[in-house]
Amino acid sequence: MHSSEHRDEARRVLGICDACGYCNGFCDLFEAARRRPALGDGDLAHLANLCHACRNCLYACQYAPPHVFAVNVPRTLTTLRQDTYVEHAWPKWLALLLEHSRLSTLIVTLVATGIMIALILAYAPPDALFDRHLGAGAFYRVLPWGAMAAIGAIPLAWSCLAIGIGLHRYWRRIRTAPVPLTTRALADAMRDVVLLRNLRGGGPGCNDLDDRLSHARRRLHQTLAGGVLLSFTATLVATLYHHTFGWEAPYPILSLPVMLGALGGIAMTLGALGFLWLKQREDPEPTAPEARRSGAAILGLLLWVALTGLALLIWRASAAMGLLLALHLGSVLALFLLLPYSKLVHAGYRFLSLLIEAMEQQHKRAK
Amino acid sequence: MHRPDVLIIGGGTAALCAAIAARRAGASVLLAEAAPRTLRGGNTRHSRNLRFMHESSTPLSSGIYPEQDFRSDLDRATGASGDPALSQLLVRASADATDWLSEAGVHFQPTAGGLLPVSRRTAFLLGGGMSMLNALYTTAERLGVEIRYGCAVGDLRIGAQRLEQVQLMEDGAGHWIEPRASVACCGGAQANRDWLRRHWDSAADGFLNRGTPFATGGVLESLFAQGARRVGDPTTAYLVAVDARSPADDGGIVTRIRCMPSGIVVDRHGRRFRDEGGDTASTRYAVWGQRLAHCPDQIAYLILDARALRSAPPSLYPPIQADSLASLAERLKLPPSVLAATLADYNAATEPGEDAQDPVGWHTRDLDPPKTAYALPLTELPFAAYPMRPGITFTYEGVAVDRYARVLREDGDAIPNLFAAGMIMAPNIVPRGYVSGLALTIGIVFGRIAGIEAARHALQ
Ligand SMILES: Cc1cc2nc3c(=O)[nH]c(=O)nc-3n(C[C@H](O)[C@H](O)[C@H](O)COP(=O)(O)OP(=O)(O)OC[C@H]3O[C@@H](n4cnc5c(N)ncnc54)[C@H](O)[C@@H]3O)c2cc1C
Ligand code: SF4
Ligand code: SF4
Repeated sequence: MHSSEHRDEARRVLGICDACGYCNGFCDLFEAARRRPALGDGDLAHLANLCHACRNCLYACQYAPPHVFAVNVPRTLTTLRQDTYVEHAWPKWLALLLEHSRLSTLIVTLVATGIMIALILAYAPPDALFDRHLGAGAFYRVLPWGAMAAIGAIPLAWSCLAIGIGLHRYWRRIRTAPVPLTTRALADAMRDVVLLRNLRGGGPGCNDLDDRLSHARRRLHQTLAGGVLLSFTATLVATLYHHTFGWEAPYPILSLPVMLGALGGIAMTLGALGFLWLKQREDPEPTAPEARRSGAAILGLLLWVALTGLALLIWRASAAMGLLLALHLGSVLALFLLLPYSKLVHAGYRFLSLLIEAMEQQHKRAK
Repeated sequence: MHRPDVLIIGGGTAALCAAIAARRAGASVLLAEAAPRTLRGGNTRHSRNLRFMHESSTPLSSGIYPEQDFRSDLDRATGASGDPALSQLLVRASADATDWLSEAGVHFQPTAGGLLPVSRRTAFLLGGGMSMLNALYTTAERLGVEIRYGCAVGDLRIGAQRLEQVQLMEDGAGHWIEPRASVACCGGAQANRDWLRRHWDSAADGFLNRGTPFATGGVLESLFAQGARRVGDPTTAYLVAVDARSPADDGGIVTRIRCMPSGIVVDRHGRRFRDEGGDTASTRYAVWGQRLAHCPDQIAYLILDARALRSAPPSLYPPIQADSLASLAERLKLPPSVLAATLADYNAATEPGEDAQDPVGWHTRDLDPPKTAYALPLTELPFAAYPMRPGITFTYEGVAVDRYARVLREDGDAIPNLFAAGMIMAPNIVPRGYVSGLALTIGIVFGRIAGIEAARHALQ
């Protein structure tokens, strides 16, 4: 199916929801859809990303298949959401990576790891990879700090640029109503991200696995996201130590970077494993196969990042350190490269849609 | 389970409340639902809110609703034709309906979100009837109720003393079981064309069934055949105006056509026949349902102009539109000259009230039938139309029960081990008329009573 057919299907389905409205207590989507009856392409992109795929409105739907109306809002919007990632990817041709998520994740990770190993071999004597290195600066005897920082910073800068361009275009496209952007709306949107207010089914939880309600998906998401954040903070703190104080890694177990990193790694591992378990067990009906694939791909990569990081922490004083460092840095490099071309892009689009929604709600209250 | 203590017939609100109540009372329970798993739950699938009395404020409604108000609303709607004792019982027992459901895992949508119609009389289910059903099925399963889908009760054998046997139809084959007590919760007969034809003749063929196709009334028929007492009025049904293009069954809530006051309604001959501005309360849905049932071929057309269409609520199907009245008539297969004359007469007769800006005041002068409110001229192209048919929600014929929900025989004796709850016995309370949210409340209140009493009988 083409994205124009996906949009037609979304118009059909949301038209039925507009006339029904039974699900409007679950999330913001249904009222947001009613506010834009024309359902233009920009409206649909916005709605697709406003939906958090909590799945409740499929199990609650009186018109779900096998009913002839065959209403499946979560799947319809998930499919459309995948399309918006592709449509807003920059540069365009790299959308390819999104469309073949599992293969691209695998290849990018392998290539990135290969590059790391090659770099280490180029910088250090061949046996550096398998030698024991101890004491301050041990990592940098395997790979100099400058190279390490460059390998992190350059891809990250590129990815930020690509994401920024995508988000900019997306923002221009979805901002169809002349409502003001306020700090209040910004704060509301941030709160919605932290609390995942739209992933609570209006309070009692979501149909994470089947027709029963739970809070598993929301908690796993925040565990995983929190883990990523902690790990990233660990890296920043380490950079600070290195640059400002001239302290060289590896740091002692009880130091801030190691503690943050370990905690982050554990949270990421638990979050990713939990999510993968959920994906294995969940009813596939409310979601789309391509979304499941891209979700699994990025979860696999995040898990790999976390596991290699933790392994590095544990065996950093052993002969395996060089190899582990290569694997871990390779996984991080892959993650940075894939930021704009994987499921991870959802964060930005969803935030902007939450922001628009917060702006509209505030506008409505003010009137 | 060849000999369950309690057999529950049906799988909607009444059935689940009865099953849970009976199981909690200690009985072994088998629930036989005619529909497959994916279509379980009957008309409850399409429901949204339930009526409950509450003498102090609650987050679930916008104000208090004392017993007396509930009673008088009910009496007004039914012309006080319901059984007073059962009505009283219903109203009082409705007070803890929402608490009971919450405890059974059902969630309500608080009014605070501002997304619900303002209502002090009813509480809204979060996610509607389907969500309630999911919660109740989960609870019933957890409690150990055995649930069989695609399992319809075919026939009953009622002896001189008691209900003796019940026939279960599964996979096309029937077998008889002997539950100690049974509760019939299988709704009305609104999905049964033959049944409808008996009372409405060929007009029944022009009806659309808004709800489940499984409400075939087989159990009801079997009960009557074996001497259960009838209540209600077989010649009436709760009908609302629905889009004529809707599916024959299960169209649910979205098929309603609601904006008659914005336009004119013409029959198959292109003529107006009723005051479209007369009813603006929510009762208008049912009023128009009845009117459509008496139209030739049970069809009529709501005609709007572009301005009226802009103010119309969202609809399931897009309206049929045309750039001229002649081509609209052609598309609707209405006689063009008659339609043109009807509209011209109407437009010529419209005049504003005291304030021309206020659409309510607009009315017609010297027009038969008149349009007494919202009678703005229909002139802005393109014109639009919604074809409408009567959509049946439930029938007004059921079995008589006593205050323990036991089914009564013609002579007024109760059958000690046969109970009924939900729409199958609702005509005891509403032999005619309706107030919104009542059907669910009847299911919850009498389902619980029937479940408890059935368990008590079975375990004694
Ligand atoms: C579109 C629509 C909207 C509505 N909205 C509301 C609302 O908001 N509030 C309200 O109070 N009411 C509403 N109603 C009415 C209300 O939903 C029903 O009347 C109510 O659910 C009846 O509950 P019940 O348990 O008696 O029957 P149902 O929910 O209809 O359940 C009957 C069950 O019996 C099963 N069954 C039928 N025959 C057999 C058999 N022979 N053997 C085994 N099982 C059988 C059916 O499959 C079904 O599961 C609405 C109805 C419709 C159509
Ligand atoms: S998902 Fe189904 S029940 Fe929910 S609002 Fe849409 S049509 Fe209604
Ligand atoms: S899946 Fe959840 S978040 Fe998405 S529209 Fe449905 S109820 Fe809302």
